[in-house]
Amino acid sequence: MRLEPIPSRSLVRTFGWPAGAVLATVVFASLLVLTAGASPFNVFALVAKGAAGSRFALFETLTRATPLIFTGLAVAVAFRARLWNIGAEGQLYVGAVVTVVLGTGALPLPAAILIPLVMLAVAAAGALLLLGPATLKTRFGVDEVVTTLLLNFIVILFVSMLLEGVLKDPMGLGWPQSERVVAEAQLPRLARGMRLHFGFVLALAAALATWVVMKKTAFGYEMRAVGHNAEAARFAGIPVNRVLMKTALLSGGLAALAGFSEVAGLKGNLTLDLSPGFGYSGIVVAMLAMLNPLGVVAAAIFVAGIFVGADAMSRTAAVPSYIADVLVATALLTMVTAIMLTRYRVRWR
Amino acid sequence: MEAFDILLTASFWVAAIRIASPLIFATMGELICERVGVLNLGIEGIMMAGAFAGWVTVYAGGDLWTGVFVAALAGSAFGLLHGVLTGPFGLSQHVVGIGITLLATSLTYFTYRVVLPEVSSPPKIVPFQPLEIPLLSDIPVVGPALFNQTPLTYLAFVVVGLVAWVLYRTPLGLALRAAGENPAAVEAQGIGVAAIRIGAVMAGSALMAVGGAFLTMSAFNSFFFEMVNGRGWICIALVVFGSWRPGKALLGAILFAAFDAYQVRLQQLAGGVVPYQVFLMMPYVLSILALVLVARRASYPKALMIPYQRGER
Repeated sequence: MRLEPIPSRSLVRTFGWPAGAVLATVVFASLLVLTAGASPFNVFALVAKGAAGSRFALFETLTRATPLIFTGLAVAVAFRARLWNIGAEGQLYVGAVVTVVLGTGALPLPAAILIPLVMLAVAAAGALLLLGPATLKTRFGVDEVVTTLLLNFIVILFVSMLLEGVLKDPMGLGWPQSERVVAEAQLPRLARGMRLHFGFVLALAAALATWVVMKKTAFGYEMRAVGHNAEAARFAGIPVNRVLMKTALLSGGLAALAGFSEVAGLKGNLTLDLSPGFGYSGIVVAMLAMLNPLGVVAAAIFVAGIFVGADAMSRTAAVPSYIADVLVATALLTMVTAIMLTRYRVRWR
Repeated sequence: MEAFDILLTASFWVAAIRIASPLIFATMGELICERVGVLNLGIEGIMMAGAFAGWVTVYAGGDLWTGVFVAALAGSAFGLLHGVLTGPFGLSQHVVGIGITLLATSLTYFTYRVVLPEVSSPPKIVPFQPLEIPLLSDIPVVGPALFNQTPLTYLAFVVVGLVAWVLYRTPLGLALRAAGENPAAVEAQGIGVAAIRIGAVMAGSALMAVGGAFLTMSAFNSFFFEMVNGRGWICIALVVFGSWRPGKALLGAILFAAFDAYQVRLQQLAGGVVPYQVFLMMPYVLSILALVLVARRASYPKALMIPYQRGER
């Protein structure tokens, strides 16, 4: 079989294939639900209800979407320039560590100064972490996929070491957790009785800012050029390596802010279970959004809804909440296939 | 006992070869994939799926070898998916690979919870037992390390020989290597590149899954969440370190495993002076270092990560 580019796409094709991808994902998940011995209709209703069935559910979904927007943006930015940053998970934890180091009383400053300062430091730390693999890529030709993946494991062990050492909360009853950040470093809640916090607003602002950078600046253009065809970009006089470095700084910084927002906005302290794979889910979010920064917001809310909804569902139905992870991974594969099929026609001969 | 004496004990080398075994399977699997031009980032998830599939087969009353077979089958199913999506469909190998890892891992966890809804500690199986090879196992140090291991470890070494033989001594191997270097030339010979690549990715993924199964059926006797723990990514580094050659990759895996076994013993020796996490980081740090060391002279398969479309120049 061969793939032929389609010069002018019809509406049916543009929306038909993605709809087909959603359908395929739902059918696959339904089969799994059936094997677990439950009714798919009932389970999906429970997931929807748990994700958006009440004001509380909706706010929980947005709370869960907040770190996913940051990591989704980090991946979208990097993948756009074909910098395969799979290390958002590690960058998130580095951001969380910096938040705790600076936010637990080391700096006696008012919130209006402390929070921006911490955010800057967090973004710088995440950026530096990704600068390592990016340098290895541009200088030595080491594939960044493997190095960023391996760094995730190193960072998690490093955090574990800190939480059992210098960052350990003396009042933590022996648990590996950090002290809580001071009130001045905490992000305010957006509504009474809800967990949704100011980090969500920051995430939206970050999405908007990233969109402006990617679509309206020369740097954004260079990024896309490098991602589209690095050789051609080099011939056109674009400093490819420098663009990749700048992309790495932006991507690493964004991912680290996810850690900041989770600690300063939601958890208050750092533990080893701060992120249930937000870094990896960010890849799915970015791909579902077709690497568009504004699309990332929608995709993050969608993915968060599945996770929050599945958590709620598994409390009543006898279907493991891991169905959410399966759904999200399946959606990734079916959606990238569908997007390809909107652009190419399959010729069997 | 001093730090150096560890290297002279038989138990150290026994552990090193045991630790190397799953890495050997998975590294050979990844090597086959990359030799035909496909970077298979599904490796981590496929190992997880293999670990579970093998274990659950035995748990359900199956024979140990049936478990290995089922694991290989599960692996090749994911390989088929990977091969089709990255081959004829031309999707990004990075995205599809990560997607397969996420899918295989989540499917494994989901199935585990469906099969065992209410268990705190996962049930144990009777794993493969060491099979002593008479006479040879009496050689000091080398004997127990190489000739008193479980059958799966012996199989790992057989696989290396088999992969090397097929790649370098058979027409099939020539086609496989050419598919990763110059696919158009393969097509010109009237051999379908898509079929070659899909077949190789399926075979490679089966090996990865058997590597995972080694963990639950030979190294341990039970299935735990996150038990693959980055071994898949390390194997990708090992393939580069071994410059895409089975023999060198085997040496790399054994060297790596020896280092891993060594750090565990050093950890006991250091007795709390150095945080244990520093030792646990070593394998990952070492993998990155190995990549940096060989990167400059690495000779990647020319068509690695390049999707092949028939009739394209």
